[in-house]
Amino acid sequence: MSLRPDLAVIADHVRPSTRALDIGCGDGALMAALVAKGCDARGMEIDPELVERCVARGLSVVQGDADRDLADYPDKAFDYAILSQTLQTAARPDRMLDELLRVGRQAFVSFPNFAHWRMRAALALGGRMPVTRHLPVSWYETQNIHHVTVADFRDLIAAMGVKCERAWFFSGNRAIGPAAANLRAEHAVFELSR
Amino acid sequence: MAPALPSRTYTLPAPLQLDGGQVLEGASIAFETYGELAADKGNAILICHALTGDQYVASDHPVTGKPGWWERTVGPGKPIDTDRFHVICANVIGGCMGSTGPASIAGDGQPYAMRFPVITIRDMVRAQVALLDGLGIERLHAVVGGSMGGMQALSLAANFPGRCDRVLAIATTARHSAQNIAFHEVGRQAVMADPDWQGGNYYGSGRAPDKGLSVARMAAHITYLSESGLTEKFGRNLQDRDAKTFGFDADFQVESYLRYQGSGFTQRFDANSYLYITRAMDYFDLAEEHGGKLAEAFAASTARFCLVSFDSDWLYPTAESRHIVHALNAAGAAVSFVELSAPHGHDSFLLDVSALDRVMKGFVG
Repeated sequence: MSLRPDLAVIADHVRPSTRALDIGCGDGALMAALVAKGCDARGMEIDPELVERCVARGLSVVQGDADRDLADYPDKAFDYAILSQTLQTAARPDRMLDELLRVGRQAFVSFPNFAHWRMRAALALGGRMPVTRHLPVSWYETQNIHHVTVADFRDLIAAMGVKCERAWFFSGNRAIGPAAANLRAEHAVFELSR
Repeated sequence: MAPALPSRTYTLPAPLQLDGGQVLEGASIAFETYGELAADKGNAILICHALTGDQYVASDHPVTGKPGWWERTVGPGKPIDTDRFHVICANVIGGCMGSTGPASIAGDGQPYAMRFPVITIRDMVRAQVALLDGLGIERLHAVVGGSMGGMQALSLAANFPGRCDRVLAIATTARHSAQNIAFHEVGRQAVMADPDWQGGNYYGSGRAPDKGLSVARMAAHITYLSESGLTEKFGRNLQDRDAKTFGFDADFQVESYLRYQGSGFTQRFDANSYLYITRAMDYFDLAEEHGGKLAEAFAASTARFCLVSFDSDWLYPTAESRHIVHALNAAGAAVSFVELSAPHGHDSFLLDVSALDRVMKGFVG
């Protein structure tokens, strides 16, 4: 089973034999890839059925709500804190980023880019909240409460004094260059540090 | 009490030093094993039983003839697979199924009764570890327990950190709450208020505090269930009658059920053991044993931990497990935690919850 592109990028760039916390780890696909690299990977997941699947795979996953339970972890407990496709569900994404860079020395954050041209077109021309493959749920039932764009994210981390180490952009499953990423990228991955 | 027990027993070669300051000489531990021990002794799993459990985890109970208390979990091909693992389950010290307890004969030829020293969960674990020493098992593949068994599993991990690779603690706590202690006190007072208790010296008198012990069991049993489970099972249905009797017979099915649970219990359990074991649970406070910080309790542990709670368990609610998970995180331990949804309250760990089976199988490996 191949990893989702954002997870594959993260898996490729986490150094071997480090400690990583995957927040919103789902069924543990990324953790399994990290464990295979010799990492000590831990997970947090809110859905008990997904936690159960992770535990059944032999992974260490704690059922919890990232908005509340990251506070349980000591400072710099991990080399990496990873937040994939979850930032847009956070009650306060800025506080979530603070927590990521408190528990982790570095962080990976991936999110769907709400400024992708197809989103813009759907909203501008259709006059409806876009439903796409990366944001596949209607506005009234989505868990995504803070839609974010690549440009917004860059502004936020600049305002927070967070350093962007690297960034990757994707259209579909294909990596694309950084040029006009805010228009062209369907989703993005950022590697961050303080 | 004192049925013929087919269990193996191991007599500890050294006196057991107890938390209370006393020493228990010549204590015996009764235990059952299932599955073959590997040549390197690396496949042993210790299962710790709950308050009124015993060593018959997966074999018929010699008194009641009923299947083992975790028959659904332990056996060939089951979540704890005895085709692969060597399972050890011992009756706790203070118990009444063959391990040394208040009904055992003391040095003067009389039963200990209330002269039996007050024991703690850690004392029980010391005895378990002495048994492992006797069996030549240096390191457990896993220690597994629910409720009081979970307390023992955590205590073993904290106090003997090199002795286990995996710790699975289900529906349990790192310390007994005031509410837990309060319920236990009701049970103990019921036993001690029974005139047949005779200050604990009822052995050989032809009378035993069965009524008190039965009430204790009835009260405790309510705490093991959930309100929704009780309502679903019994509601306000009447037992074998069409109308209320306007008396104090067991008009309601739930009353009849509790009376049955209470009376059945007295056949297989010693009232004084109930006093001692509930006391051990009440005294349990793993943080207190380690300078008041629970994370310190796990500082030296290299084991992987898995905590499981049930959403309908109000005796050891999820917050208790989260508290332990928090401490394990702070200690940098590898920990998994899941709150499973089940309707049966605290007793869910003994009942048909397929998600628990999957978690156990996956974690134990």
